[in-house]
Amino acid sequence: MKKFTLSATVAASLALFAGAATAQVTDALVVEGTTISTSAPAADWLDIDQVLSGWSFRTVETRALQMDDFDNPGMIFVDQAIDDWSTVDGTEGKSCSSCHTDGPEEFAGLRAELPRWDEAQGKMMNMEDYINLSRVEHMGAEPWKWAKPRMDAMVALISLQSRGMTINVAIDGPVADAWEQGREIYYTRVGQLDMSCANCHEDNYGNMIRADHLSQGQINGFPTYRLKNAKLNSTHARFSGCMKNIRAEPFAVGSEEFRALELYVASRGNGLSAEGPSVRN
Amino acid sequence: MQFTRRDTLVMGAGAAVATFMPLQVFADATEDVSAEFAMGEAITDGGVELTAPEIAENGNTVPISVNAPGAVAVLILATGNPSPKVIGFNFGPRAGGQTASTRCRLAGTQDVVALAKMADGSVKRASATVKVTIGGCGG
Amino acid sequence: MADNVKPRVRVPRSAAAGEAFEIKTLISHKMESGQRKDSDGNPIPRSIINHFSCDFNGENVIQAALEGAISTNPYIQFEASVEESGTFTFTWQDDDGSEYTDSKDITVG
Repeated sequence: MKKFTLSATVAASLALFAGAATAQVTDALVVEGTTISTSAPAADWLDIDQVLSGWSFRTVETRALQMDDFDNPGMIFVDQAIDDWSTVDGTEGKSCSSCHTDGPEEFAGLRAELPRWDEAQGKMMNMEDYINLSRVEHMGAEPWKWAKPRMDAMVALISLQSRGMTINVAIDGPVADAWEQGREIYYTRVGQLDMSCANCHEDNYGNMIRADHLSQGQINGFPTYRLKNAKLNSTHARFSGCMKNIRAEPFAVGSEEFRALELYVASRGNGLSAEGPSVRN
Repeated sequence: MQFTRRDTLVMGAGAAVATFMPLQVFADATEDVSAEFAMGEAITDGGVELTAPEIAENGNTVPISVNAPGAVAVLILATGNPSPKVIGFNFGPRAGGQTASTRCRLAGTQDVVALAKMADGSVKRASATVKVTIGGCGG
Repeated sequence: MADNVKPRVRVPRSAAAGEAFEIKTLISHKMESGQRKDSDGNPIPRSIINHFSCDFNGENVIQAALEGAISTNPYIQFEASVEESGTFTFTWQDDDGSEYTDSKDITVG
């Protein structure tokens, strides 16, 4: 783990963290016969040796909820998305299933690569972008709002098709600038607490922040069902929550900044498995 | 349903207050409900097993299970909640065992109690202390 | 009827006569406890699933009386044992008078 450099401002925030690191588990996560890698060697451009899924940092009871699809309350929303999958909406009289006749299974592997550059669209796309592209262009329907139940549920259903596949997000080529912007945001201190993402999730993962076991802030398991709010949480909504917690003005859900941060944070998890919908505290 | 920070604080305050002065209020509520369930029988410890986490990562979703061999009914109480009743089970002839699990809300660190009514009318009790943690960023 | 209420039930397809097996149930429901207030300080009325029952071929397996302390998306797990093939029926009762049901067949032998 990287050394925590002590400065006047850091000393204040350091008081939040408990001294001794609490060990994270190294148990295997196997769900419905699929093995999910919860640790992997970190990319050489990272200051940590190993990347760890947030699952490893949770208590035995919370971990258990993700080990059986019936126990995982996130699956309720996957069921709701399955209903939406074949619900006709928009001027074209189509549902998802009208075009995607092989079902959501068609999208196996997609989650593991997102966000990614899309040549046809001439921009970087994430899952919400693809869902709304289909809704607007092919169904003639209203786009769904991001970080709302129907969108999050559909993201969960499509993410599930990639469960167990290795996250492999490209960081170079046409997304290089966005990735650099995301990295900049990750390491920039903001808010009244004057903290960056890295202060908690790189410098202090494994430590306790009050009663909470800090994870690496990986997003391979998103969308995630949180015990705290008993619903699916999207990546951008979680970023927003984190920024509010450090008393910063969050960027908007779907903003260029959060898209860049999503790309950067997703790439930090390269090597882990897609896990969504995961269960967290 | 989503508990905001404010709700949790209010509930937490309730639990904190319960620790001090109006302890009687919650204790009485638990006693009243227990007495109603026991229907005049004495309540004895043992003979029923209650499983709950020592530390709950979030008070909003706490897994609990009860195993009460030979019981006809079970009542689970959260002694530090504004209203102590959590869930009551009645086992029918097709039950494969007198065991059940659920997930509950706890307003703060407190004792969870399981009461089991046996076929002969006697009442058994088990309890477990669950520490409810607060999120790192107050979130 | 509350929005988006969807029951999920897991029962084994088959079992040996008289052998105990596990049944898991989950229903999507917000379980508004009645303890909360809205942003104007007015109490939000209670709106929960207050009763659950599971029966097999007309005989009861378990009944549960749920209170506001049960988490959002109520989960109930229990055991059943049966002597013959048949159908489990599951019923959830909402405060608003709605009833949600599901059923599952099991083969014995």
